[in-house]
Amino acid sequence: MTKSELVEAIAARADLSKARAEMVVNCVFDAMTEALRSEDGVEIRGFGSLKVRAHKPYQGRNPRTGKSVQVPSKRLPFFKVGKELKELVNASRLLGAIRGGNDGDEEE
Amino acid sequence: MTKADIAHVIYTRIGGFSKKESIDLVDLVFETMKETLGRGEKIKISGFGNFVLRDKRSRQGRNPQSGSPITITERRVLSFKASQILKNVLNAAPNPVAGSGLDPAARAPMGKSATAP
Repeated sequence: MTKSELVEAIAARADLSKARAEMVVNCVFDAMTEALRSEDGVEIRGFGSLKVRAHKPYQGRNPRTGKSVQVPSKRLPFFKVGKELKELVNASRLLGAIRGGNDGDEEE
Repeated sequence: MTKADIAHVIYTRIGGFSKKESIDLVDLVFETMKETLGRGEKIKISGFGNFVLRDKRSRQGRNPQSGSPITITERRVLSFKASQILKNVLNAAPNPVAGSGLDPAARAPMGKSATAP
């Protein structure tokens, strides 16, 4: 499912125009992004929580060349799956293979 | 931030939704995502990140408390991979990616229709 498919699903289920549904979906992810940026976490019961984890700088290696590189400190979001969703996801094994359009974990 | 806070953002920013409707909409978004993941389908939210599913084979593990070996059964797990845009936002990148979705001006359609009925 992509964001636009999520928008379509919300439009259909809430009986909204696609434009209004898109505003809602954008608003949800904007609000979460803003919360993460301001050090606040997000906690959705039954779904999961998102927090920012600070990583210290470290001496890493370029896996291709083997050269040592300095990796700067960074802040990364960390998602902890809620209990209910975790169980739901695991139970979905019985429904068959993982789906979701074009495969892979690529980013946009 | 909880669902109630997100509903408040919808209520104040979009316009035309009652408080109750805003709450119902937030519920619907997460419920829809939950149902999607619950039928074994991953979700990609451009500009935010991907909720990816992975099948894990059973493996030998250890009880971290007693140290005794145990078999971890096969399972399907969910993980979140943040998009580069979100990572940049959190690290206040000097060269923000165009259309990061956070510049309110860049989200013109939303601002414009903020007074919709």
